Amino acid sequence: MWNRFTTPNGMSRRHFMSHMAGASAMLGTSLSLGHSLRVHADTLKKNRKSCILLWMGGGPSTMDIWDLKPGTDNGGPFKAISTSGDVQISEHMPMMAQQMHHMAIVRSMSTREADHNRGRYYMHTGYVPDANVDYPSYGAVVAHELISQRPDLEIPPFVAVGGASEGPGFLGMSWAPFNVTSNGRVRNLEMSVDSDRLNQRRIALETIENSFISQNRGGVLEDHRKVLGKTFDLLTSKQMEAFQVDKEPTDVKERYGTNGFGQGCLLARRLVEAGVAFVEVDLGGWDNHQNIFRTLENDRLPVLDKAMAALTADLQERGLLEDTCIVWMGEFSRTPRINGDAGRDHWARAWSVVVGGGGIKGGQAIGATNDDGTEVVGEPYTSEDVMASVCHALGISLETTFTSRNGRPMKIANSGKLIKGLFA
Amino acid sequence: MMQTSKTQTTNFFAGAWTFLALVLGVLGFHQASAQEESAKVSRRVTLPPQTEKIDKAIEASWQDAGIRPSAVEEDLKWCRRVFLDVIGRIPSFDEMSVFMKDKSPDRKLNLLRRLLDEDQYTEEYANHWSTIWANILIGRNGGMEERSLTNRQGMQKYLRDSFANNKPYNTMVHELVTATGSTKPGAENFNGATNFLAMKVNEENAVQATAAVSKIFLGLQVQCTQCHNHPFNQWKQQKFWEFNAFFRQTRALRRFVRGTDDIDHIELINEDFAGEGSHPEKAEIYYTLRNGIAKVAYPVFVDGTAIGKSGYVSEVNRRSELGNLMMESDFLDKTIVNRMWAHFLGYGFTKPIDDLGPHNPVVNIDLFESLAKDFRENSYDLKQLIVWITLSKPYQLSSKMTKDNESDDPSMGELPKFSHFYTRQMTAEQLYASLAIATQANRKGNLEEQQRRREEWMRQFVVAFGTDEGDETTTFNGSIPQGLMMFNGDLIRAAISLEPGTWLNQLSTGKGTPQEKVQFLFIAGLGRKPRPEELTVAAQILAARKGEVGGMLQDMWWAILNSNEFIFNH
Repeated sequence: MWNRFTTPNGMSRRHFMSHMAGASAMLGTSLSLGHSLRVHADTLKKNRKSCILLWMGGGPSTMDIWDLKPGTDNGGPFKAISTSGDVQISEHMPMMAQQMHHMAIVRSMSTREADHNRGRYYMHTGYVPDANVDYPSYGAVVAHELISQRPDLEIPPFVAVGGASEGPGFLGMSWAPFNVTSNGRVRNLEMSVDSDRLNQRRIALETIENSFISQNRGGVLEDHRKVLGKTFDLLTSKQMEAFQVDKEPTDVKERYGTNGFGQGCLLARRLVEAGVAFVEVDLGGWDNHQNIFRTLENDRLPVLDKAMAALTADLQERGLLEDTCIVWMGEFSRTPRINGDAGRDHWARAWSVVVGGGGIKGGQAIGATNDDGTEVVGEPYTSEDVMASVCHALGISLETTFTSRNGRPMKIANSGKLIKGLFA
Repeated sequence: MMQTSKTQTTNFFAGAWTFLALVLGVLGFHQASAQEESAKVSRRVTLPPQTEKIDKAIEASWQDAGIRPSAVEEDLKWCRRVFLDVIGRIPSFDEMSVFMKDKSPDRKLNLLRRLLDEDQYTEEYANHWSTIWANILIGRNGGMEERSLTNRQGMQKYLRDSFANNKPYNTMVHELVTATGSTKPGAENFNGATNFLAMKVNEENAVQATAAVSKIFLGLQVQCTQCHNHPFNQWKQQKFWEFNAFFRQTRALRRFVRGTDDIDHIELINEDFAGEGSHPEKAEIYYTLRNGIAKVAYPVFVDGTAIGKSGYVSEVNRRSELGNLMMESDFLDKTIVNRMWAHFLGYGFTKPIDDLGPHNPVVNIDLFESLAKDFRENSYDLKQLIVWITLSKPYQLSSKMTKDNESDDPSMGELPKFSHFYTRQMTAEQLYASLAIATQANRKGNLEEQQRRREEWMRQFVVAFGTDEGDETTTFNGSIPQGLMMFNGDLIRAAISLEPGTWLNQLSTGKGTPQEKVQFLFIAGLGRKPRPEELTVAAQILAARKGEVGGMLQDMWWAILNSNEFIFNH
């Protein structure tokens, strides 16, 4: 009994146990077994897929960024420029223009939710809000499906940087986003006691915790225990270094932009390298009911352009872009008609999202809007379709079915269809 | 001026652990089980007719659904629930003793009367409900944003005073909807109620005021209909703008610090509205259909009642008219009854609770409507409503599910049947106040300093969404950041501190055996004695600490505070 109380310093109990199991399995065998295990780990790492969602809270005007209508009544003052791909984008996205051969613009998004909360939920889950079922968000779904590719991951597989993302729904709180600020600072990480004592506390806690769980008082209690286990893992994990974005060289930090979003994108790259399956980085401030053009030109677009371009190029240079899917979107877009305050209001009927990496064919625009930007021309796509396509890029089968807690089977991405032309 | 809280001077132990055996006796642990006790007692209890009505309706619904309720929970557990839900924290050791010593059949009612009517709890009651309502009215982050027009202190002062005086709910709503004056305490014409609308009227033609007032007080979700008729909602775009027209005389004026351009506070006023066609005698507004056609709208209430079209405040004060029309609406009654029911039972009659539209299913609809009517007929007295609900059968049931009611799980998407208590996590505010009462931590400084520290602590959990509407969520939701805070955060460090003068220090250096002290910890935190396996762990930890009782108590208290049994209301 007492040996449970003394584990080597700096190791979580689970970690310690796995070492013990490994040690006994290898008794009497040669070192070559260890070598082949390492090779296996490298293979796993190589096929490891990840996703980075750049979430534009507030609903960015895609007509001023990715699908310009210069010279029309609705078009606004921005000009379109050519890019490294076969598409044109806003003149205020010059760095991204050099990366567009990696990215595809889906210009034929058409959705129905033009309220922030409903739109955010819908774009994150593929479902409209439903009083009776809590649907899991992208991050929770992807983390849940891809966790087996990263058996050694000790930090959360779903991290939300500088924003809230959406919850894990019926998958339970152990799949909730791990929220950090864009500087990667994790609060309350400093342990106040040594690991021996922490383990003793853990045993006391588990004793109280387990007897209460056995009393059949609801599933939330089991989730609480799982989250506690993950929290213990974090406290002792060397992988937490991935959050220390400060350790990056100055020129790298400057490449991404020394603002919250820039550093958040850099953090996302570090987390993907460390094995995190899904990272969401938030950039708010797109709810431009007034003075939209000044805000975009002087404030939002320079920040976005620099960070997104640096992230794309950096992932490519490190050989990670092939296995990392980048998604850029907000809850909806903004009215083509410019309102009396030189702003644009909410518009979900015709807009764009941008995707790239993970085998997606870049340098192209899929679908189109009509001349004044109010309607989609040709086949419209939805949140479900984007989600299905991203899952496909990550190697997740679209036949995957979840069973909600009440036994209702649900297809992944709400049975969304692949967006035609995204994959070669 | 409210009086200083008694809890500040309540000594959690009152020297109790030196009489531990006696106290355990008082709490019923050495006698017949508390459950038998409560069964014996409950037969003679007199209940308000509304409570009997609730019991009858809910029991009938169990029969219809073919399920059987869980057992009635032990009285001491009910006591913990009531403290958490009514005044926002767990009971102290003393308070548990007082409750258990009361052998009257009406001891539950007696406890409610103490919490609701006695001066020593007035401030905690008012603080608890003003926190809840400030979060509803202006959000968790309201007033803390840069260049905010909201004065959170002003909002809270208004709410605290309202709840301390048990202001009738309808009066409170009328005041919030029609308020004029300054947002900041101490400013000329101070009226804290103005903070509700201060940031919701100037921009986007007051659509935020429209959405907030209809959702919070009438349970009508109209925000989507601003731009188009919504397929899932009976509200049409026309109705949205007719409701919106009530707010168009209202302006939030910036008042500056003398001689600077720093905003000192906001003054909410009504001024003549010329209308968008510049005919103040018939001040119309326009909105655009999705097909581009412009339509006109004048103030018309949700039930179709139109008021005068004049934009002159002296002829028609639109917000005043709105306030009066709201007072007549039964949506007003239903929305608050639903909100309060959900507060105590975990789920409302509808889900979400602030959507009473015809598209949304309602459970126990007859009971719901009848309670709403009772509430109106009893002068919108929130304290009475609290008594009706907390004495009712569904609120007294155990959270332990049985084979006969496992299917009643609203977290699985089932409609709630209230056949057992739904386990739920404490809010961050409840945790903070509970730790304060259980450990005497964070009691330094005057009331204002304590409140400031509390708000600072709360802010770590708020995550904003980056929209103009100030949407936000909390990470105090059972996820890892919360776990880390409970493991290592300052609040927990203070709670388990052994510094001289702390309560844990007093416990560890006071009389009693280590085992008695552990027993005390379990009763203080969880309202029950430790189980044998828990005492065994404590003994092992004591050995690992080489007999140092203080260190062992620290570890056990840390484990108790981190346990599900502590952080959940069950």
